[in-house]
Amino acid sequence: MSLRGTTIGARPLPGWVRIAAPIGVGILGLAAWILYVDVAAAAPRMLPSPVAIVQEFVLHADIITEAMVVTATNALIGLVVGSIVAIALAALAAAIRPFDGMLAPIVAALAVIPIVAITPVLNTMFGASSQFGRQAVAGLAAFIPVFVNVLRGLRQSRPVHRDLFRASAATPGQTFRLLTLPTALPYLMTGLRIASSLAVIAALVAEYFGGPADGIGTAIATYAKSGRAALAWAFVLGGIIIGLVFFLVTSLLERLATRRMPV
Amino acid sequence: MSPETTAPDSLAVQARGIGKVFPTASADVTALTDVDLEVAAGEFVSLIGPSGCGKSTLLRLIADLDVATTGELQIFGKPAQQARVDQDYGIAFQQAGLLPWRTVAGNIALPLELHGTVKSSRDARVRELADLVGLSDFIDRYPDQLSGGMQQRVAIARALAARPRLLLMDEPFGALDEMTREYLQSELTRIAAETGAAVVFVTHSIPEAVFLSDRVVVMSPRPGRITEIVPIGLGSTRGEGLRESPAYFERVTAVREALHGAKVERANER
Repeated sequence: MSLRGTTIGARPLPGWVRIAAPIGVGILGLAAWILYVDVAAAAPRMLPSPVAIVQEFVLHADIITEAMVVTATNALIGLVVGSIVAIALAALAAAIRPFDGMLAPIVAALAVIPIVAITPVLNTMFGASSQFGRQAVAGLAAFIPVFVNVLRGLRQSRPVHRDLFRASAATPGQTFRLLTLPTALPYLMTGLRIASSLAVIAALVAEYFGGPADGIGTAIATYAKSGRAALAWAFVLGGIIIGLVFFLVTSLLERLATRRMPV
Repeated sequence: MSPETTAPDSLAVQARGIGKVFPTASADVTALTDVDLEVAAGEFVSLIGPSGCGKSTLLRLIADLDVATTGELQIFGKPAQQARVDQDYGIAFQQAGLLPWRTVAGNIALPLELHGTVKSSRDARVRELADLVGLSDFIDRYPDQLSGGMQQRVAIARALAARPRLLLMDEPFGALDEMTREYLQSELTRIAAETGAAVVFVTHSIPEAVFLSDRVVVMSPRPGRITEIVPIGLGSTRGEGLRESPAYFERVTAVREALHGAKVERANER
């Protein structure tokens, strides 16, 4: 028995175990949750049964989807615009040393501000009917990891490659396009993966601080306050789905970009 | 050996009184001093010496990757920078330095792509070169799918892509195992003979230098300088049998003595 245990421990897990294990843990957790809420009936009022949450999710699928679209759009616009600005500024900082020196303290300041904290200010600046404040918050949240990673990536080209391009009499433009940029690509993808989750969280949390009366965050706050726990949780489920989709898509992009990196 | 051995072009490399000083925070470091060297077109010359003798520095000066502090350096009768821009030389380093996101074909084609060679003739040239280094079956592979020796062969093919008349090699086989090394040495003598290119080859292996070269340039450190030039003259065909021949061992001994002589001389200086 103990011998078998050690041999299994020493070998890499077979593929099906790697998939089945987390699913098993999930089912166990759900079973415990149902037992606690429905069978023992010992849970606080704001913790409904997972069955009730799924029922509400299905029943109100239309309004939940609508809210998901609003929040996901804000997060996506923030992610795209924030990343583009980050890439442009990182390229400038990598090319011009003094520019890097000018940007560094600003980026450091941005990185330490809890970005959602400036949401009320932005919402007031751009009016209660505009999504711009939320998009700006998502953009700021996405900016930092993309900027930091791209700037680092743009400086990763190896000396032997730089020598090769110089020996081949490559123009600065060719060196940038064929060496610096491809070298930085995996770093950009890592930055995007981190930024995608941050953008979703920022867009969602920003809704707690005013602005238009739509989106996942607004709905969660509204239904939690009015005591409709199961529906509030159904919206939380919607928020989780957005976050997962963003994360999975950017993870896939990152995997594609880093496929050929070792050597 | 090259058809274009006319007056100004007959020398692949002509170095006169070359010196190189690297300024550092504490003091200037003299990497090379008073180097005179001529490499004829089609000639195979090795630079050998202990670490810090400036052999790699000299190669980098010829390649215009660094600029000499003093002296005059001409490649095919023109300044090193002009020769670099004109792609008169191809270069290979100790690390293969392949771009991991490009296939073997993409890596070999890189110098041609940088100089705007049209796609059709580029593809034809890549096939020709892959054939020359024996990698025709691996043309669509990526570098991480190749062994170290195969990567180095890709690097050599890439160095030859633009049909240079001069090949610069900085310990290209230094990181390979002995068997791969000997195999690639034979391949290199064949390729050099087929292309008729002059070769300047940096190494720290005496047998390698003797096997490959027409002349071996022995260098010594602090400051880096040429102490002796040993002519090898073992003929232009280098078979595996050569490695066992008495003439070969004789030259190995000659180069070793030249290296040790340099050591004794250095000891006397102190």
